[in-house]
Amino acid sequence: MSKLQERLAAGEFVVTGEIGPPKGTNIAPVLHEAEEYLKDTVVAVNVTDIQTAVMRNGSMALCHMLIDRGIEPVYQMVCRDRNRLALQSDLLSAAVLGIENVLSLTGDHVVMGDHQDAKPVYDLDSVGLLKAMTILEEGSDLGRDMKGNPNALDGAPTFFKGCCVTPCGANPEAQAIKLEKKVEAGAQFVQTQAVYDPKTFETFMKRVEHLDVPILVGIVMLKSAGMAKYMNRSVPGVQVPKNLIKLLSDAARGDREKVSTEICGNLISEMKDICQGAHLMTLGWDHCVPDIIEAAGL
Amino acid sequence: MNATERKPIEEIIQSLEGAETVFILGCKGCPIGCDTGGQPWVDELTGALEGAGKSVSGEALVDMICNKAVVGIKLGRAVLQLKQADAILVGSCGVGVQATGNIVARRAVPAMDTVCMGDYQGLFPSAERCAECGECMIAYTGGLCPITLCAKSLVNGTCGGTQDDGSCEVSPERPCGWQLIFERLEKLGRLEDLMRYAAAKDYRNRDITDANRRTIRWALEVSQEEEKEAEPIEK
Repeated sequence: MSKLQERLAAGEFVVTGEIGPPKGTNIAPVLHEAEEYLKDTVVAVNVTDIQTAVMRNGSMALCHMLIDRGIEPVYQMVCRDRNRLALQSDLLSAAVLGIENVLSLTGDHVVMGDHQDAKPVYDLDSVGLLKAMTILEEGSDLGRDMKGNPNALDGAPTFFKGCCVTPCGANPEAQAIKLEKKVEAGAQFVQTQAVYDPKTFETFMKRVEHLDVPILVGIVMLKSAGMAKYMNRSVPGVQVPKNLIKLLSDAARGDREKVSTEICGNLISEMKDICQGAHLMTLGWDHCVPDIIEAAGL
Repeated sequence: MNATERKPIEEIIQSLEGAETVFILGCKGCPIGCDTGGQPWVDELTGALEGAGKSVSGEALVDMICNKAVVGIKLGRAVLQLKQADAILVGSCGVGVQATGNIVARRAVPAMDTVCMGDYQGLFPSAERCAECGECMIAYTGGLCPITLCAKSLVNGTCGGTQDDGSCEVSPERPCGWQLIFERLEKLGRLEDLMRYAAAKDYRNRDITDANRRTIRWALEVSQEEEKEAEPIEK
């Protein structure tokens, strides 16, 4: 059982972090960040999978290297780039590398990234990928043998299966229904898209309270007022309220990090009683994680 | 209707490498509808080819190049011009270019790109699209097709990419297919249909089935191929 699963099962308020593999082979800086600022502060570290469809180093390799350094990874998998054979094969590969936590995501469309001419795959969707994990755990796969019977695996993996949800999006009801489906397909934990509005989040949490899965609220660090406005314009399902933008624009350049850290801390402390953890997406400002946790009063 | 766009003349000249003499065949069907073909196109192209040092042995406009019987008759009247040609430059969709290559023993070269209209639109072109996936699931999606309406062809509901105005993350001009489905099901009082798990598609269903290859319709379609043996310019 993964540490993440254990802590959540114990009813602890759990904090996870996130790193993004680099575009290239220079992995030293990101590994340094993880060891220096995340290892002793968070329970597990998500490794993004070709985030925003910008081609970069792979999630599985970085997850493996985190394990080597005593850090528990959450292997993010998007459905955009691999068909069902490759997804299942990578799941088995992850399992033999000791990766237990897997987060199933649809994945941003290729036109959002830097290879806009690429073929988008989406052979499985995020629900189908969760189902595939469940079936692999049962010792079979999505295929059939010549007689039409389920294939048998020589050794079955065990995962702690996660998924994502967008609680403050345009249509929270559609998101809630899809989350129900994900849980039915096997999801055991949830990490949300960025939340800046605790009231909206609370409404969403009430809507899905019948689901027996821990939900970690997503916290994305706002590095500047400009970034906040950009997110409002361009990131679906994310709304940064005006008062937070004002806090950032009023802050002197040198104070932004401090203000941003406080915003994250406040958001977590406001929401920690209505959810089971927080997922910190610092976008490179991993050194702020210890201070965020302190500011949140955890 | 199949929508086409004219290829840049430089690309056409490049694809005609080694062909000194060219016959121009234009379709008077869909390319007229999308204003890419017709006599003005033939004239313009003739000028451009001659300007590039090629000679044009003849030209013909056919109502629907996809109708191989009509093309055969029409080209039968231009046997000599066709014989002189090293290549036939075809102004039509990809079906027309292939049909030409299947009835005339000459290089058939496309002068147009067939533009995607998002899968099959019906014989009377309309906004609805069918991807011919062979596993229709729209009984559970309010009669709307997620395969053609969703940019990711997701089968189990919305992703996180719906914009606040209900558009898709890929373009503000494209509505989120699953948002449309949600609104339709809500109107129909059938939101519970969204809870149904849809397994991944069986891609074998996108291929032409063996059963289909044994039908009379298929036999009629391929019997046109036999006309190739007796095609107009080699007899």
